[in-house]
Amino acid sequence: MAPGRAVPDALSQSRRLIAQAKVMKFSTEMKKEMGILCLVTGLLMLIPLFNAVGPESGPLSVSAFQVSLWGKYLTYAVLAMSLNLLWGYTGLLCLCQSLFFALGGYAMGMYLMLMIGERGAYKSVLPDFMVFLGYQKLPLHWEPFYNFAFTVAAVLWVPGLLAFVFGFLAFRSRIKGVYFSILTQALTYAACLMFFRNDFTFGGNNGFTDFKDILGCNINSDATIRGLFIATTALMVCTYLITSGLLASKLGKVQQAIRDSENRVLFSGYSTTSFKLMIFVLSAMIAGAAGALYVPQVGGINPSAMEAAKSLEVVVWVAVGGRGTKWGPVIGAILVNFIKSYTTHAFPDYWLIIMGGMFVCVVLFMPDGIVGVFKQAKSYFARQRSLETTAA
Amino acid sequence: MENSFKKILSLVSVAAFALSASTVRADDCADDTVKVGILHSLSGTMAISETSLRDVLLFTFDEINASGGVLGKMIEPVEADGASDWPTFAEKAEELLAKDEASAVFGCWTSVSRKFVLPVFEKYNGLLFYPVQYEGEEESPNIFYTAEAVGQQAIPAVDYLLEEGYTKFYLIGTDYVYPQTTNIVLFEYLLSKGIPVENIGGGIRYEGDVAVSAGNYTPFGHTDFQQIVAEIKDFAASGDACVVNTINGDANVPFFKEIAASGLTSDDCPIVSFSLSEDEFRGLPTKDLVGHLGCWTYFMSIDSPANDSFKANFQSWLANDAPAAVAKEGRVTCSPMVLSYNGVYLWKAAVEKAGTFDTDAVIAALEGGISFDGPGGTVTTQKNHHLTKSVYIGETLEDGQFEILEVMPDVYGEPWLKGTF
Repeated sequence: MAPGRAVPDALSQSRRLIAQAKVMKFSTEMKKEMGILCLVTGLLMLIPLFNAVGPESGPLSVSAFQVSLWGKYLTYAVLAMSLNLLWGYTGLLCLCQSLFFALGGYAMGMYLMLMIGERGAYKSVLPDFMVFLGYQKLPLHWEPFYNFAFTVAAVLWVPGLLAFVFGFLAFRSRIKGVYFSILTQALTYAACLMFFRNDFTFGGNNGFTDFKDILGCNINSDATIRGLFIATTALMVCTYLITSGLLASKLGKVQQAIRDSENRVLFSGYSTTSFKLMIFVLSAMIAGAAGALYVPQVGGINPSAMEAAKSLEVVVWVAVGGRGTKWGPVIGAILVNFIKSYTTHAFPDYWLIIMGGMFVCVVLFMPDGIVGVFKQAKSYFARQRSLETTAA
Repeated sequence: MENSFKKILSLVSVAAFALSASTVRADDCADDTVKVGILHSLSGTMAISETSLRDVLLFTFDEINASGGVLGKMIEPVEADGASDWPTFAEKAEELLAKDEASAVFGCWTSVSRKFVLPVFEKYNGLLFYPVQYEGEEESPNIFYTAEAVGQQAIPAVDYLLEEGYTKFYLIGTDYVYPQTTNIVLFEYLLSKGIPVENIGGGIRYEGDVAVSAGNYTPFGHTDFQQIVAEIKDFAASGDACVVNTINGDANVPFFKEIAASGLTSDDCPIVSFSLSEDEFRGLPTKDLVGHLGCWTYFMSIDSPANDSFKANFQSWLANDAPAAVAKEGRVTCSPMVLSYNGVYLWKAAVEKAGTFDTDAVIAALEGGISFDGPGGTVTTQKNHHLTKSVYIGETLEDGQFEILEVMPDVYGEPWLKGTF
C-alpha cells in the first residue's frame, strides 16, 4: 500500500464516523421528540375518552362543554404554531394571522350554513341572513360549498392564495421588518371592514351562527364534539410534524438563516423571496385549517374574528409560550386562553388586570417565554455551581 | 437527559392542568340559594353600556333577597364577562348553563352576541332574558325578549311624527342588522301610510323589484358626516322633514356635532334616535341634542310612585350596598336598565306561579301571561316571548333627561313585522 493513500483513507473514515455520530445524535433527538409528542397526544386523548366512558360526576368526569372548550384551545394552539413558523423561525412578524384563521373559518361556516337547509327561522333553503336581505337565489360563489370536499379544499386554498398574492407583492418589493407587520395589519383591517358590510354576502356583523349538522352528524351531540376534538388534535400533531420536518431539512436551515441575517442568505445566492413566500403560504394554510375546526366548535363566526387585535393576541400567546420553540406556542396559547376562561368567570371585574400583570411579568422576567424559563433556570444553577467550585 | 426530563415534566404539568381544569366543578349549590347568571360585557367596546345593566341586576337581586328571595331561596348571582367578544359570550353562556346550572341568565346587548348564545340556550334548554331594543325576526323558545321590538319604538315614533305633520323622512343608521331591519320595516310602514317613495331619504336598494334596504348606512365608529349632513340639509329645505336615527354608539357624537355645525335645529328638522338613552348621555355632549326626540318604554323622568321608589332604592343601594367594582357617581336609570329589572321580577313571578325553578314550567308560566308593575308602567308577558308595554316619546333636555311628550299605553310586542304592511 502506498504511504500517500493512508491519509485520505483516514480522513474519509473519520468523516464517516462523524456523520455516523451525527445520525445517531439526530435519531436520539428524534426519538425523544417523538416520545414527547406521543405523550402529549395520549394525554389529550384522555379528554374525549373520559367524556365518552368516564363517570357522570366526580373528579374524572369530563363534560361536553370541557371537550369543546379544550378543542377551541387546541385550534388556538395550531394558530399560534402557524405564526411561530413565520415569526419564530423566519423572522417575519405577521399581524394578519387571524385573517387566515377567519377565512378558513368562513369557508367552513359557509358549508355549515348551507347544511342548515330549511331549519332556519324563515324555513327557506337560503341561509336566514340572505332571506332577510332579500336574496332570491343563492349567490354563485356559495353553490360549491354544498360539497364538503370543496369546502375542505377552500379552507386551504383561500388563505393560501391570499398569502401567495400578498406575499409575492410584499416580498418582491423587499418589504420587511416593521413595514411588513404594518402592511399585514392593514390587510386584516381592510378585510374586516369588507366582511362587516351587509351586502358582501357573508352575513355582515351577525356573521354565521346556529349551525345544525356537519357531515350529517348533529353538531351539538357529544360524539360530534369528541370527533371535532380528535380532528383538532390530529391537526396539531400534523402541524408539529410539518414544523419539525421543515426545521430538520435544508429548507428549514435556509429559513432560519433568513431570520438571522437575510442579506447574507441573499448574497450567498439563495432567492429569499421564494423561501419566504413558501413559508408564508404554508403558514396561512395551517391557520386556515385551524379556523375551519374552530368554527364548528365555537358555534359561529363574525368579522370581529379578523380584527387587528385578534392577530396581536396570537403574537402574545407565542411570546408568552416561547417564540422559536416547538412547544412554546402551544403552551402559550393554551395557558393564556385557559387563564382567560377562568378569570372572566371567577374575577369578571379584574381579569384584565390579572392578564395584563401576567404579560408584564413575562416580558420582564421571562424574555424567552415559559419554555425559556427552563433554560434560564439551568444556566442559573450552572452559574451557582461554578461559583461554589471557585469558592471551594 | 436532564434537559429532556424537564421538558417532559413541563408537558406533564400542562396536561395535568388540562385534566384538573376539567375536574373543576361548581360546588353543589346550597339548598337555600338559587344560581342566576349575569352575562354582560364588563370589558371591551360594549362595557360602557353593558356594565350599567350588570349593576342594575345586582341591585335587583339584592332587593329581592332582602324581601325574602324567590320561593324561599336567596338568589346567588354568577357573573361572567362576555368581554365584547362573541365567541366568549358563547363560551360563558355554556359555562353558566353546563357548569353553574344557572336557573336563568340575564344578559347580552348586541344582536350578534344574542345570535351566538342562542344555540347554546336551546341546546341546554336554558332561559335567557334579553333586555335591549332589537330588530325582531327571532323567537327562540329559550329566550324572553323584555326589550322594545320595532313595533314598540320605531313605529310609535314615526306615528308621532306623522301626527305632528311631518311628511319627509330621512333614514340613517350604522350598517348592521338592527338599523337595517328597523329601516326596511319603517320604509314599508311609511309607504302604507301614503308617504311617497321620493319623500323617504337615505337611498333605497332594490333586488329586482323588491326593496331590500332603505336608508343611509355608515360603518361602526364612523366620524365623517359632512356629506351626509349636507344631504340631510338639502332634504330638509322644504321644512317638513325629520330624521330617523339608528346610528349606534360613539358615531352619534360626530353626527350631532356636524348637525349642530350645519345650523339645522330641532325646529327645522327633528331627529328621533333609538339608541340614545339617559345612560348614553353621560358620555355625549347633550347640548347638541337638545330638542331632538327619543322613544323608549321608560324614561327616568316618568312621574309615578313606582319610578320614584325605584330610583330612590337604586341610589341608596349604590351609596350603601353596591360592590366596590360598581361606579357610584352620577348614575342615571334608562330603558334597558329598567327592562333588565322587569325581567328579573317577571322571572320571579313566573317561578312563584310555577312553584318550581324548572325551565319548562317557568317558560310555560311566562307564556301564560304574567304582569309586573314596573317603573315604566305595567308590563305583561305574551305567548310569543315578548312584552306588552307602554311607549313614551320624549324631547331631550339640556341636563340629559327627557321631557315626555306622549304616552302610548299597552303596545303589543310583535317581532315579525317585515313584509306585514
